[in-house]
This record gives sequence, C-alpha cells and structure tokens, in this order.
Amino acid sequence: MSASSDVGYHAQRQARWHYGEAAFWLIVLACGFAFPTRYLIMTDILRLALFAMSLDLILGYAGIVSLGHAAFFGVGAYAAGLLALHGIINEPVLALVVAGLAAMVLGFATSFLVIRGVDLTRLMVTLGIALLLEALAERFSNITGGTDGLQGIEMQPIFGEVPFDMFGKTGFFYSLAVLFLLFLFARRVVHSPFGLSLRAIKNNPLRAAAIGIPVNRRLIAIYTLAAFYAGIAGALFAQTTAIASLDVFAFERSADLMLVLVIGGTGYLYGGLVGAVLFRLLQELFSTITPQYWQFWIGLVLVVIVLVGRQRLHRWMLYVPNLVIRQIAGRKAVVAVPESDT
Amino acid sequence: MTSILTNLFDGVAYGMLLFVLACGLAVTLGLMNFVNLAHGAFAMAGGYVCMVLVNRMGWPFFAALPLAFVSSAAIGIVLERMLYRHLYARSHLDQVLFTIGLTFMSVAAVDYVQGSSRVFINLPAALQGQFDLFGVGIGRYRLMIIVICGLLTIGLQMVLARTRFGSRLRAAVDDPRAASGLGINVPQVFAFTFAFGCGLAGLGGALSAEILGLDPYFPLKFMIYFLIVVTVGGSSSITGPFLASLLLGIGDVAGKYYVPKMGPFVIYTMMIVILIWRPNGLFGRTAAR
Repeated sequence: MSASSDVGYHAQRQARWHYGEAAFWLIVLACGFAFPTRYLIMTDILRLALFAMSLDLILGYAGIVSLGHAAFFGVGAYAAGLLALHGIINEPVLALVVAGLAAMVLGFATSFLVIRGVDLTRLMVTLGIALLLEALAERFSNITGGTDGLQGIEMQPIFGEVPFDMFGKTGFFYSLAVLFLLFLFARRVVHSPFGLSLRAIKNNPLRAAAIGIPVNRRLIAIYTLAAFYAGIAGALFAQTTAIASLDVFAFERSADLMLVLVIGGTGYLYGGLVGAVLFRLLQELFSTITPQYWQFWIGLVLVVIVLVGRQRLHRWMLYVPNLVIRQIAGRKAVVAVPESDT
Repeated sequence: MTSILTNLFDGVAYGMLLFVLACGLAVTLGLMNFVNLAHGAFAMAGGYVCMVLVNRMGWPFFAALPLAFVSSAAIGIVLERMLYRHLYARSHLDQVLFTIGLTFMSVAAVDYVQGSSRVFINLPAALQGQFDLFGVGIGRYRLMIIVICGLLTIGLQMVLARTRFGSRLRAAVDDPRAASGLGINVPQVFAFTFAFGCGLAGLGGALSAEILGLDPYFPLKFMIYFLIVVTVGGSSSITGPFLASLLLGIGDVAGKYYVPKMGPFVIYTMMIVILIWRPNGLFGRTAAR
C-alpha cells in the first residue's frame, strides 16, 4: 500500500462514526428526560459546549490562540437580543441564523488582522477586538442598554409552533438540536480534506504552504466559520435567558472558555462538550464551598493543569473510556486520542 | 492653553507610571519570550503591601515604597524559581493559561484578604494638592511620580548600557546558547531580571494606587495596558517601551479629557492599527521570536 493511500485510509477510518460517539449523544439526550428539574443548568452547559467547540475549531485544528473569542459570542447575543426586542425577526431559528451571520461577518473582517503576525500579536489583536466591542457597546448604551443590558426580550414560539416555557424545557431541546446539527457540520468539516489541510497548517505553516495549501485563505475560512459558531452560541444565550448585557464581551468569558477547552482537550471536537460539563460541575462545586471566591479555585485548576501537562492529563482521563471501548470493540478501537499540542 | 499643558503633564506622569509598571513585562515578554499575563498581580501585591504598611502600621510613605519593591521582587523570585522556569520552553498557549490562572488566583486571594473595594494609601501632606507654575497647575503627587520614574528610567538605561550585568543580560537575550557557552549563567540572569521587573511593578503598583486606583481587579483591568506598552514599544531597548508608555499615557489622558464619550475606544483602535502596521512594535526589532 502506498503512503498516500495509507494516509487516506487512516483519515477515512478516523472519520467513521464510533459506537462511543453514538452512545455519547444518546446519553446527552437521555439527560434531557432524566433530569426535568435541571433544564436551566443543562442548557447553560450546551451553550458553553457550542461556544467551546467554536474555539476548538480555530485553536485545536488551526492553532490560532485567541483571547477574545467572547467578541463573537457578544455580537451574536446582542444581534439575537435586538432582533427579538424590536420584533424585526420574530421567528427564533431565523433570528439565530441571522445573529450567527452577523458574528460571521465580524469574524471575516477581523480574520485579516488575526492571520497576520505571530502568536503574541494574535493574542493582542483578539483581546483588543473584544475590548473594543465592549467599549463600543458601553458607548452606544442607547442601543445596547449599557450596563443594564437589553431587558424585556420576549421570545416568540419556535417555527410559530413551540413556545418557550418557564422551566426551560423548550430551551434545552432547542439548544440541543442546534448543538447537534452544528456538531455534525463541524465533524464533516474537520474530517474533510479542508480539515486535514488545517491540521497541516497547524503543525507547520511553512511546509503546508510548500505543498500548495493556501495557508491564509484556509485560516480566514476557519476563523470565519468559528465566528459563526460563537455567534450562534451567543444568540442561544440571548434567546434562552432573554438577557444580553455587557458582560457577554468580558475577558473572563474568553478566559473561562480556554479553561473549558483545556479541561476537555483540543482537537477532537468532543473536548468542548466534555469540558463544558466538567467546567460547570467544578464551578458549582467551588461556588458551594466558597461562594465568593470560586475564581481562586478555577485559577488553581488552570495552573495545575498546565504544570502537570495537558497531554498527560488527557491520557489519564481517556484511560477508562478507552479501556471500555477496547473491551467491547476489540483491541484496535480507540474512542478519542487528544492531539499533541505544542 | 494651560489646560493643554496640565493635561500633557498629567499624561506624562501617567505614562511614566505605566512604564515603571510594564517595563518588567518588557523583559519577560519581549526578551525572554514568555507571555506573562500575571504581571499586574505583582504590581497589585506591591500596592497592597504599601497600603498595609502605611495605613495599618503607620509607616511613612517613602519608607513603605522600597518595601513594596522588595516584597514584589521576593514573590517574583520565589514564583520564578518554583513555577515559571518550567514553562519557558512550553507553548504560548500553556503560558497564557498558566498566567491567567495565576491572575485569577491573585484576584480572589486579595479579595479574600482585603475585601473587594478600592483602597487608598494615606499620603503625607507634602504630596497633596497642586501648585501653579507659570499658570500651569502641577499636582505635587504627579510631579513626584515623574521625578521617581524619570530617575528610575535613567538608572535602568545606565545599568543596561554600562554595567557588566547589563551586558550579560543583553548577551543572554541575544543568544542564550552562545551566552551560556561564554560562561554566563543564563537562568540566573533571567531569574534576577524577572525578580527586578516584578519589584519595579510592585513599586509602580504602590505609586499607582492614587492615580489608577487599587482594587483586587487591578491585574485584569490593566493587563491590556501593560501588553500594549510592550507590544507597541517593542523590546530591543528600554527606549521603545518608554516612548510607548508616554504615548499611551498622554493619549489616554487627552482622550478621556477631550472625547470622554469615546472612552477607551481610542486606545484600543490605536493599538490594533499599530499592530497591523508594524507587528513587531513601533520601535522594536522583534517582539517575539
């Protein structure tokens, strides 16, 4: 077998659906029926998962470190909030897409700034853009409501049929459906030749360019797509909580997002989903221990993760699931191998 | 006219302060290529040490300032030896995560110990108020800041350019391998420089309590300012960050005075434009290798 067909074979193998994945989504769906009193927190986790998946697309697959991903989340949230508040687009799904597109436009416009320069410049530019938008939102408080945020958002029924209820049941299944659809699309994208070329760029941009991959165009494309995802996450936030305030742009949101992804692991899409669950559980745990100072423990978790080493942690974490899968599906089957990230 | 001069004076004082706060970061970020987002935490530590000494223990302000320097430097060297040095060779992402974690911890810890409200340091009467010089209002405190920070800047430049340690540091930065081959103890030089930078940040933190405001969120609020100073100023010399801080200080004060509604908008736009135009900083050779 020649080397090139070997690569193709492995890529196709990786792209196939595994039992573990189907089980994962079934468990998520089952949670929706098993814990009817916990819809709000579960919806929150789903939003965070989608947001983290968006960062995973650029960080895990393209290697762009961003400190300002909340910018797109915020634009999506305000777009959805404003659309609903002024009754421009009443249908939530359509509004969701429009809000996502608004974030996408911003992502496309700023991607040209981001692809320039090295890591450090990227950090600064992404952070700067988020801060800039926060300052803008504060400046135009007549539109955004300033520090009070948008208030009195009333959501119309989805497709004109399914109304949002006060227990958040509709919100949960709505978010789950959106997450799943976007996940399917992301999965398709990262396993396509396009996604493989992104990995090549991440590993070595110079070599990627040498074998004919248009590096900048690919980075712009994935950054724009990630912005769309983040915008959708933000719009979901505004639609399911009926709030959009200045803190959607906050630096802490971008920083927390990094932590989510780091807990879950980058570069295999499920990292954001797993990380979101663990992060919220940790946060709940810490805020029950010390209500005011949970940030300290979150910080400690970050420091410990980095000092222990992310790869080592993920090996430990995936040990049990992989063991189970191997028992069921034979020696060669592996659920998820986190990418090395150097 | 006089209001312009007063604003200019305030801007210069502000810029000088930013320089003292951020020049330690210029070394870690620019020279050692380590993304240290927790730099503000050292400044905050110095500020709080000074506050406790002056307000609670009744030390004179000028005696507390050196102690702010020493305590921040001590914290800096302990953390450098224990934690930071393991991360020099790691990816930027790891460094960012690690230092964000440290920042969060410092914010919550200070909040826990000292409460979340803004604190003030009791200043001696000689530093309060302002006087007129040819019709220009000069704040005594700001004048003191300009004098202290100006002397420090000259001192730093002399140390870097004239002393044996300065040439060792420059050699270690230019090419760590060749430098260690010549018998320079590179990790020691870096550790010492890191601690000194943290000490300066601590001193800056103590001085800035009056002007920037000191509360547990200090490291997060001013993180972007420090980063701007370093990335815009570049790191090939101490002059780059110095000029960048002055520019930032004057720009920020003028922006707040003349276009108050635009707020921090001006600064961020300026930063992004400069970074796009010159990714390695206005005066820099390389900001990161």
